[in-house]
Amino acid sequence: MKRRDFIKNTAVAGVLLPQFLNGFSIRAMAQTSLMPAAGHDQINDRVLVLIQLNGGNDGLNTVIPVDQYGAYQAARPNIALPQNKVLKLNGADAMALHPALSEIQLLFNEGKAGIVQAVSYPKPNFSHFRATDIWMTGSDSDKVLNTGWAGRYLNDSFPGFPDKYPNETMPDPLAIQVGSVVASAFQGPAFTMGLAISNPANFYNLIEDKTDATSNTRWGEQLAYLEKVSQKTDQYAGVIKKAALSITRQSDKYPTPGKNPLADQLKIVARLVAGGLRTKVYLVSTGSFDTHAKQAEPDDTTTGTHAQLLRRVSEAVGAFMDDLKGLNVADRVMGMTFSEFGRRIKSNASGGTDHGAAAPVFYFGNAVKVGVIGTNPQLPTTATVNDNVAMQYDFRSVYATVLQQWLNLPPNEVQRVLMGQFPLLPMV
Amino acid sequence: MESTKATTRLEAFRGKWSDEDVKHLLKRTMFGAKPDDVVHVRALTPRKALNELLADEPAPPPPINNYNDDKFTDDEIMPGETWTTSINYDGMNNGRRRNSFKAWWLGLMLNQSRTLREKMVVFWHNHFATETNMVDNALMCYRHNALLRQHALGNFKELVKAITKDPAMLKYLNGTASNKKAPDENYGRELQELFTVGKGPGSQYTEADVIAAAKVLTGFRNDTITFVSLFDPGRHDSSDKTFSEFYRNTTIKGRRGPDGEQELDDLLTMIFVQDEVARFICRKLYRFFVYHQIDADTEATIITPLADVFRTNNYEIKPVLRELFGSQHFFQAMNRGAMIKSPLDYTVGLCREFGIAFPESTDYADQYGLWLAVQNQTAAMQQNIGDPPNVAGWPAYYQEPMFDKLWVNSDTLPKRNVFTDGMTNGAIGRNGKKLTIDVLAFTQTLPNPADPAALIDDAVRRLYMLELPEKDKQYIKTSILLSGLQDMMSDHYWTQAWQNLTAKPDDTVNKTNVTRKLKSLYKYLMNLPQYQLT
Repeated sequence: MKRRDFIKNTAVAGVLLPQFLNGFSIRAMAQTSLMPAAGHDQINDRVLVLIQLNGGNDGLNTVIPVDQYGAYQAARPNIALPQNKVLKLNGADAMALHPALSEIQLLFNEGKAGIVQAVSYPKPNFSHFRATDIWMTGSDSDKVLNTGWAGRYLNDSFPGFPDKYPNETMPDPLAIQVGSVVASAFQGPAFTMGLAISNPANFYNLIEDKTDATSNTRWGEQLAYLEKVSQKTDQYAGVIKKAALSITRQSDKYPTPGKNPLADQLKIVARLVAGGLRTKVYLVSTGSFDTHAKQAEPDDTTTGTHAQLLRRVSEAVGAFMDDLKGLNVADRVMGMTFSEFGRRIKSNASGGTDHGAAAPVFYFGNAVKVGVIGTNPQLPTTATVNDNVAMQYDFRSVYATVLQQWLNLPPNEVQRVLMGQFPLLPMV
Repeated sequence: MESTKATTRLEAFRGKWSDEDVKHLLKRTMFGAKPDDVVHVRALTPRKALNELLADEPAPPPPINNYNDDKFTDDEIMPGETWTTSINYDGMNNGRRRNSFKAWWLGLMLNQSRTLREKMVVFWHNHFATETNMVDNALMCYRHNALLRQHALGNFKELVKAITKDPAMLKYLNGTASNKKAPDENYGRELQELFTVGKGPGSQYTEADVIAAAKVLTGFRNDTITFVSLFDPGRHDSSDKTFSEFYRNTTIKGRRGPDGEQELDDLLTMIFVQDEVARFICRKLYRFFVYHQIDADTEATIITPLADVFRTNNYEIKPVLRELFGSQHFFQAMNRGAMIKSPLDYTVGLCREFGIAFPESTDYADQYGLWLAVQNQTAAMQQNIGDPPNVAGWPAYYQEPMFDKLWVNSDTLPKRNVFTDGMTNGAIGRNGKKLTIDVLAFTQTLPNPADPAALIDDAVRRLYMLELPEKDKQYIKTSILLSGLQDMMSDHYWTQAWQNLTAKPDDTVNKTNVTRKLKSLYKYLMNLPQYQLT
């Protein structure tokens, strides 16, 4: 058997294991196509958007296990969401969404979003830094990698970067990160494969030819000059500017700039995708999911920090999808959220939750297969402080799926990029 | 000797002598402000600090044979021995010795003492620019450089005299080809236009003065075997030379025989009577050390009194520098961070401020090799020591209205960023020895590295002359040190990681994690425009 066939077949076989099937909603199963996409078509126009939820999102208050309401409420009486307020998911009655996730609910019910339950990895690490590195690099929890998973994918697909780029085939950045320095996810074997638009303000400075520095002092005048040269010098500044300037109208569903940083970032992504950039991967991030205290308001648990954080995500993704639709590029984009870990089943006395293990991943896009992959976490009747949400899916299965079935990376290369074989999920 | 005669003086610095003052002084007078240099100078009074910066030093050991390899063995000079004793030159050894010379010079900057000397050598090299490519003899280049170093803080008039007779300069500006039948005007022109009276508003020498000076200067040539200069009376124009009104219609009496050489003294005496000489040099010093623009106010309140000090002290250089670096004006807030770093300030400054380790002298081949690697990077950023673009030196020091902005363009700015990234990653290496910023060691020298906000504050203070806006620091803290975590309460995650490292320095996972974040931090800080300013 050829190596590639072997991997293909085992991948399919792995997915067909009975316990795996239990997790699928009926609709998801009906639409499942686990055959790898044909051909190694790197220059397709598909785009992957990664949304990082920094801090460790509380999955149990994001996707609520309504089939175990008693245990859920008992484990976290001070933050549990009332049953009559959670948002229903069509065809998935066992679970429901946090009330703040109305846009995600809408997308799910329209068949444009799905959920992978309890994503993690063996022997999870509860340090933010280490866990983030594991998700970014795609390593086992006891290994340290110096390259990122997306960086390896891009290095594989665009050989000779950066020396041979930009070129006619790929005139655009391979990956773009809005809102931070380039994440380790984009780190290639020798170079970072991504480009950081270090914050939204810089992006608008770039397209409007502005600088932050004022020139009414000797050093300020020098600084303004340096910023100008720096803008003009970026080898990708021209193409980014051109792409951005070709889009003059975007969805009015976006909140006022500055109100929702994630929405501000996704608005830039939509503009660049629709503006024609062939950039394959975007990474945006939003923070403060590290909710150790006062995660919810005691008198109304549907309000408070976590509600506000999830509302931002939901609102941003909703506006982004609406924008992509209006810009006629919705079919090209698939997005997914991830967080470095989930939180403990039992809440703490400060009305918060402590660092935990597995958590759900949302994915969305016109082309995704709707559904809930996996089952609700099994909650103990009397949760202790050490109880955790057990892993159902390795995060690298999610990566393997998007690489192979969305970005069309051949299975053998997927395996090389992820340094191992991970069963595919019916996300696409 | 410094004169005690009364002279117009600049208002003396009377500040409190803070770390910021010391950093400003050191960054301008040396290559970068090393932390231990700042500590040392801070403990002195401003007056004592200037005394140390202006102190004389013995000449450094000369460059050596670092260059034997598979393709070439210097049969005359043993490896590790200096080649400056050799007068045997051929196409094979010359290029290698020239590289050795450049590496050596770069090494002197990297290992400079706490004095102004190395900065002044570069200043004079830019002023009396020669190109090794054209001089094409490593020994002459070395001797020229040694001459600049010897006079760097000495007497300007003596320096001009020595430079006029310097073999490298004689060759570079055609002095060796000049004789009474065909006096070459090249040096006679540059002596006035570039080296002494300049082209400023107070300078009105004429074309006839150029011709007359050229005649005065006939007779000097090089001994082509020993590469020293000599005066050859047979080639000297011994007629009387009369100069223009600008030089008060001075006539330099023609002299015959060996006495013809003394006409050079007459010429310099005539030129140095002009007030413009002192003003021209002081303007150049000001542009090199303080700020590129000289407006009418600066001319009146800074240049004029400085020039006065220069003349009163018979063109001794130290009193002028003492006056400038001891002035209130030099320390004014508006002049801080107001210069774009020259490539040398950028590369050598980085190596010194981050304490980059180079191989020891016992390992001279790699030591010279890595010095040369830094030199090559600096050259790629458009400051190739030994080879300025032409006799006027680097345009960044004279070309209006851009001046130091010329250092930075769409070619050199990315090269600067590639350099800082490369130094963070250990991209420059030789025989397995890498030039790398040890981010952990550097961070450990900061006062409070466990506190992420303090760490960034202190790193910014170490690396920049300017404050970074609070929102930028907040952004850097959150996105780099805290991996995207927000809120004050997240700070303890960094603190924890740092303390874990301190407790278990060999824990690979934590070390990798902290090191990765610190590398991102320093790369980011060095990629911001603030790092370009000094």
